[in-house]
Amino acid sequence: MNAELTASLLWLVPALPLAGAAILLLGGRATDRWGHLLATTTAVASFLVGAAMFVGMASRSADDRGVSDILFSWVPVGELQVDFGFRLDQLSMCFVLLITGVGALIHVYSIGYMAHDPARRRFFAYLNLFLAAMLVLVLADNYLGLYLGWEGVGLASYLLIGFWQHKPSAATAAKKAFVVNRVGDIGLAVALMIMFATFGSVSFAAVFDGAPQVGESTLTALGFMLLLAACGKSAQVPLQSWLGDAMEGPTPVSALIHAATMVTAGVYLIVRSGPVFDLAPGARVGVVVVGAVTLLFGAVIGCAKDDIKKALAASTMSQIGYMVLAAGLGPAGYAFAILHLLTHGFFKAGLFLGAGSVMHGMDDETDMRRFGGLRTVMPITFATFGVGYLAIIGVPPFAGFYSKDHIIEAAFGEGGAKGLILGGAALLGAGITAFYMTRVMLLTFFGEKRWHDGTDAPAPHPHESPRVMTVPMILIAIGSVASGALLAIGGTLEHWLAPVVGEHTPHHVLPVWAMTLIILAVVAVGVGVAYRQYATRPVPVTAPEDVSLLTVAARRDLYGDTVNEELLMRPGRRVTAGLVAVESDGVDGLTGGVGTAIARMSRRIRGWQNGYVRSYALSMFAGTAVVLALVMAVNVL
Amino acid sequence: MNPENYLYLSALLFTIGASGVLLRRNAIVVFMCIELMLNAANLAFVTFARMTQSFDGQVIAFFTMVVAAAEVVVGLAIIMTIFRSRRSASVDDADLLKR
Repeated sequence: MNAELTASLLWLVPALPLAGAAILLLGGRATDRWGHLLATTTAVASFLVGAAMFVGMASRSADDRGVSDILFSWVPVGELQVDFGFRLDQLSMCFVLLITGVGALIHVYSIGYMAHDPARRRFFAYLNLFLAAMLVLVLADNYLGLYLGWEGVGLASYLLIGFWQHKPSAATAAKKAFVVNRVGDIGLAVALMIMFATFGSVSFAAVFDGAPQVGESTLTALGFMLLLAACGKSAQVPLQSWLGDAMEGPTPVSALIHAATMVTAGVYLIVRSGPVFDLAPGARVGVVVVGAVTLLFGAVIGCAKDDIKKALAASTMSQIGYMVLAAGLGPAGYAFAILHLLTHGFFKAGLFLGAGSVMHGMDDETDMRRFGGLRTVMPITFATFGVGYLAIIGVPPFAGFYSKDHIIEAAFGEGGAKGLILGGAALLGAGITAFYMTRVMLLTFFGEKRWHDGTDAPAPHPHESPRVMTVPMILIAIGSVASGALLAIGGTLEHWLAPVVGEHTPHHVLPVWAMTLIILAVVAVGVGVAYRQYATRPVPVTAPEDVSLLTVAARRDLYGDTVNEELLMRPGRRVTAGLVAVESDGVDGLTGGVGTAIARMSRRIRGWQNGYVRSYALSMFAGTAVVLALVMAVNVL
Repeated sequence: MNPENYLYLSALLFTIGASGVLLRRNAIVVFMCIELMLNAANLAFVTFARMTQSFDGQVIAFFTMVVAAAEVVVGLAIIMTIFRSRRSASVDDADLLKR
């Protein structure tokens, strides 16, 4: 596909899933029977268009790979001229392929997973909406278009997390995700305002061209606002609390949110805004701190969760922390952030689809302490989940090995104390990741069968999922194996992205082989500790109570919700209570008091209206006399 | 004769009329008292016209007479109607609006 054709067809990529969502939502029950097929078709078609564009882009020379298309003038108001335009460059190409590719596979998987759900059509409509919003987000050529997609993603995630709205917990989780995301959205909104005030434009080109002429303080403010936005969407500390609860949604949604869409948006925003962050070292320090803290935060939580989906959610938080850390390292890390994002998209989707498959077979049980020994009854799920597991802990030659090693090396490559702290955090995170993922693996697929220990419930009969679910899992597993080597060896992705994010010659503190050995050793220690803990000892079906303080804290998400409650909810409630008091006693009292006073006065005055003509006449005479007297007095004086 | 005396007479007549309006209950008497006040004012106008040697006051006196004539027509008709329906010409009895 040549550049002109690509430009003229660019709108088709987000429009296809959007049209699917519109047809399914407006068509109503009439589309119930074939709605899921239509939605899957639009997702696949969008992927095919994207893939054709990729082939065309790869065949052009590096300089003219970027393609732009302006659809219409969007906001022509005074000095602010915003066009609704799309731009497809090397960076957005990666995202388009990930979103539509993994997204389409998740659509296929959902056909099987949601087969018995009465609202399946609505589910697929929302999935399509999710894809469309995310595609607008990554394709927009200005921040306002990005903001449109950003809000669309927030809306779609709200609808999907709360899809089973008859469950109060799901409705609450959806609301929580929406509210926490809103905090981040404020950051993006303020960033837009700063851009308009500073550059008079919100297009990527104008902002990045104008950035070098602007003072560092403005850029730092801009960077921190963008970071706040990224924290909200990517579930980074301090806005991480929604991600765990978001597991209330159907499992394919979790896969979609965690792998292809939503949480990657924050990383995209930071990498896309690279020219701003490059000139604002203060903001970049903020980014790496957030990334490093979150990657440990998520990893520690992941160790203590017994719910398989919540453990995976914590791991997403941690892995996104890696990406944010890499993005905060500047040109040294942008390409690695995207590399990890792509490989993570594959293996995390695989892990979630595997978890969904396990739940499908185990009557929607999510407690890993009630799994065990599933590898024989679910061989395909076991194999695909296992591939995802090996990829996430970074065993060569699986995908995570390449991407995570690069990030750890780049973190150490910062040099000095900063490099040691960041690299150390990333290395420690890799060890903890190995521990908790091994734990998930052992509890679910190995050991004794603990399916109905200690309960009277009928024993579940776990079975392998239908082919419509296993085929996407297998395809994604292939991606988890191959994507790392394909993208990393020889720096393929780095060279591909170089025109957008800049070149960087890596700075190695240690030889690569030594670094790799150290990382693998740390990973091996993590795996070994988990093996000793969960494979050589019996696993109790109820979580033990006599555990360390850290475990207690991790089970409660390291008190993330408690902090929010103490710092935000309680003071907020007090403020509202105060406002209500001011309102009812002050404002209501004032208006009510005026009314009462007038009513009382009127009751007095009413007595004068006695109905006798002569008394009215007397008052008229008296009044006339007074007026005359005044007139005369004035004349005399 | 000193024209001021006419003014004193006029003031006296006006006061008698005003007291009548305020003190009497019979609608016909009240009505006559109003006429008395109007004519007191007429007398004052004519007197001033004579004192200032101009016709303005006399012209206004004619207007007042016209208004008084019209007022008699309407007022008497109202009093007649009230008397017919209520069998009373007392102004204190006509207080329906207050009830």
